[in-house]
Amino acid sequence: MQQIPKDMFEPASVDLSEAEKISRPSLSFWKDVRLRFRENKLAMFGVILLILIVFMAIFGPMMTKYDYATNDLVNANKPPSSEHWFGTDDLGRDVFTRTWEGARISLFIGLSAALIDLFIGVVWGSISGYRGGRTDEVMMRFADILYGVPYLLLVILLMVVFDQGLGTMIIAMTLTGWINMARIVRGQVMQLKNQEYVMASQTLGANTNRILFKHLIPNSMGQILVTMTLTIPSAIFTEAFLSYLGLGVPAPLASWGTMASDALPALEYYPWRLFFPATFICLTILAFNVVGDGLRDALDPKLRK
Amino acid sequence: MTDKLLEIKGLKQHFFTSKGTIKAVDGLTFDIFRGETLGLVGESGCGKSTTGRTIIRLYNATSGEVLFNGENVHGRKSRSELKKFNRKMQMIFQDPYASLNPRMTVADIIAEGIDIHGLAKTKKERMAKVHELLETVGLNKEHANRYPHEFSGGQRQRIGIARALAVEPDFIIADEPISALDVSIQAQVVNLMKKLQRERGLTYLFIAHDLSMVKYISDRIGVMYRGKIVELAPSDELYRNPVHPYTKALLSAIPLPDPDSEKTRQRKIYDPSIHDYNGEEPELREVSPGHYVSCSQAEFATYTT
Amino acid sequence: MSRLLEVKNLAVSFKTYGGEVQAIRGVNFHLNKGETLAIVGESGSGKSVTSQTIMRLIPMPPGRIKSGEMLFDGIDLAKKTDKEMEAIRGKDIGMIFQDPMTSLNPTMKVGAQIGEVVIKHSKVSKAEAKKRAVELLTLVGIPFPEQRVNQYPHEFSGGMRQRVVIAMALASNPKLLIADEPTTALDVTIQAQILELMKDIQKKTDTSIIFITHDLGVVANVADRVAVMYAGQIVEMGTVDEVFYDPKHPYTWGLLASMPSLDNEAEEELAAIPGTPPDLTNPPKGDAFAARNPYAMKIDFEQEPPMFKISDTHYAKTWLLHPDAPKVAPPASVQRRLRKVDNVYSTPVLVAKDGE
Repeated sequence: MQQIPKDMFEPASVDLSEAEKISRPSLSFWKDVRLRFRENKLAMFGVILLILIVFMAIFGPMMTKYDYATNDLVNANKPPSSEHWFGTDDLGRDVFTRTWEGARISLFIGLSAALIDLFIGVVWGSISGYRGGRTDEVMMRFADILYGVPYLLLVILLMVVFDQGLGTMIIAMTLTGWINMARIVRGQVMQLKNQEYVMASQTLGANTNRILFKHLIPNSMGQILVTMTLTIPSAIFTEAFLSYLGLGVPAPLASWGTMASDALPALEYYPWRLFFPATFICLTILAFNVVGDGLRDALDPKLRK
Repeated sequence: MTDKLLEIKGLKQHFFTSKGTIKAVDGLTFDIFRGETLGLVGESGCGKSTTGRTIIRLYNATSGEVLFNGENVHGRKSRSELKKFNRKMQMIFQDPYASLNPRMTVADIIAEGIDIHGLAKTKKERMAKVHELLETVGLNKEHANRYPHEFSGGQRQRIGIARALAVEPDFIIADEPISALDVSIQAQVVNLMKKLQRERGLTYLFIAHDLSMVKYISDRIGVMYRGKIVELAPSDELYRNPVHPYTKALLSAIPLPDPDSEKTRQRKIYDPSIHDYNGEEPELREVSPGHYVSCSQAEFATYTT
Repeated sequence: MSRLLEVKNLAVSFKTYGGEVQAIRGVNFHLNKGETLAIVGESGSGKSVTSQTIMRLIPMPPGRIKSGEMLFDGIDLAKKTDKEMEAIRGKDIGMIFQDPMTSLNPTMKVGAQIGEVVIKHSKVSKAEAKKRAVELLTLVGIPFPEQRVNQYPHEFSGGMRQRVVIAMALASNPKLLIADEPTTALDVTIQAQILELMKDIQKKTDTSIIFITHDLGVVANVADRVAVMYAGQIVEMGTVDEVFYDPKHPYTWGLLASMPSLDNEAEEELAAIPGTPPDLTNPPKGDAFAARNPYAMKIDFEQEPPMFKISDTHYAKTWLLHPDAPKVAPPASVQRRLRKVDNVYSTPVLVAKDGE
């Protein structure tokens, strides 16, 4: 046996308050999510791509000496060159400038629609899910019926009643877009409302407002964020689609959708006019999808250790 | 200890499902005296948790009364009347992992009751109360800004106790507060609860399935079986002198940390058909002072000879 | 007594975001044929990780066996490949988990699930496998086995489901049964039935059992020998009488003292162990229990205690057994339990590094 000095066997003073100390630095839920997200290379690529696209949307039009509306018929339908980096369209307008002006509009429409869907959907879904019973049935049946009405019919009706424009476009898209978010939030809320911390809040005397906004919705944030990042590309695509049908923003305003729509008849001869807006529609949608997937994975508690 | 804080009369909680009516609580009548700890034990499905939640009005009773200081907790009540009860009666929950909102800091969790009832006028006062409560339950002030997932089960349970204490209640229902904790931590929490009872004159309803811990903390114990109380007696008396065959079966099934006694233990089995009620509804009758057993007239005669 | 299982110097860690969690830090024990060894511990003690490592059910990565051997009938399980382990699991070693709800496939009939185990390890026809399933259901005490073999798990109650799980574990007559908290989720009366059943089966089939639990009452009921785990190590091990009636480690004292006994009339406070178990990403220097140990000495914070032998079968890992350590008295409630146990050495013997 090794030699140990006798005084080592004297009682040690034990500081019991030390027993409750937490040694690890505070790691909130979102920090943890950020860490995991950052490890996902594809998702990070998506983030960088988005940052680039937004950057260009803001600064792109300023990089050329052209503006998006000025006609220059002499130079119509010129392919990409050092003068016009993306070429010109049938009215001689610089495609590069119009692409980035269009980006502003497409992104704005996409984001606004998604945000409106978010607000309506979250409030609708959480009230329906929390209240349950009759209220839930009525609210969800209404949503189901609305969902069942032919979408295009509704949009065309809208376009007839109101003038074509940015506002009308957004209304058209948010008519039924919120239903998906509402369903997802309702599902989450129904799962969470039986948790003991909700019961604790009820016992403390919390009203429905407090329970929804302090407990249920914050804990559904993960799902809400993911759904939102996946709603935006869907909105951008819908805008492109509606524009293609001729229901888009009026000329000379450009969105990627209207540009693609105008470019289609001349595809064989002047392909660059479709190539650029279409490419950026695809890239943006890809980026949002990849970021959304990455978020979903980062939020998955089962992968958490 | 002779005045009644709670009088429960004929409490019924029936759940109506497509498969039929589940009589979770089927006619409970008992009193809880000021300052005492009443234990409520039984196995899964006996209705003890439902009883607790019905008393505190997390569920609306199907029928019966719960009189708190003479006032009925159920029935038509205004928001402010209900809020009054929220301050008088509080609850501690079973699952330390589900009873705290993972997105809130400990400070916000503990202060929720304070916020709802407006018990602190300034932010400073609120924080001071939170710190005081943290120290009362044996945690450190520094824990206030941390999140629940950084704490162990026992610590989380103590946060739950602090939350309940924040509104200064008279009566606390503890719904299986230690079942999910390790043995050595159970003792910590139970000791804390006893200390708080002494210091603040609290009354407890302690719901659990671990009879040895319930006996340690309770003054009187009620044994539940299939929605009814089958025996109610002071703790020592219940152990020394169980009368109802279900109580006897339950006691004989508990494994004790004593190998010698375990080797010789004889387990009794409860078979509900041994009662020959013949359509008579058994009632709680007093077989000795303070000791009630659910039985028919005939059984009562055998118990008291 | 021949040894069925010998675990030597086992160390297992997990790589996590926060660092490397040393879940098991040098564990030595053995299991004799036909006996029941209970491994007792609280959350974070490593008891479940130990049993899952023996079965090689730990995903590696993030887990890994840092060192040690697990000799099952002389074969080192630590060195086996996944495929080789598949042949052993279910055949020579059966496992019962805590939650009968998730141990059974809800979409498969009970008879088919038991039959699956039988067919995998012995070449029999489906009809024969079904016959064996009925036999097993009878063995575990399920009434009307011929009908119930065609039912789905949700048609059984919790206790009945656990019996089915036991039947599955026994299907191929395993030499070793590992039961990881099999009765924790069950009601007290059902738990008593299952414990009786397990002891009954052991008598009939002479299976050796490792029983993992946190409930000392259950240990007293089923175990022949007990290993007490704390912070990834075995801190005390002995026969069930030795550990309950002559415990030597302060953690064991703490566990026994924090349980109220049904027959103590005294109003004394339960002697709770203060604080919480240590974070195993950074195991503390010295004795891992020191920070919560009212009997801690200075050396407990400096050096990890060695294992001392108190009798042929009784071991404890505490500096209190060192000849220079002061004589201390366990808490009052533990003292009340003490009684004389046979064959104790006059002085504890220091055990060499490899655990014997």
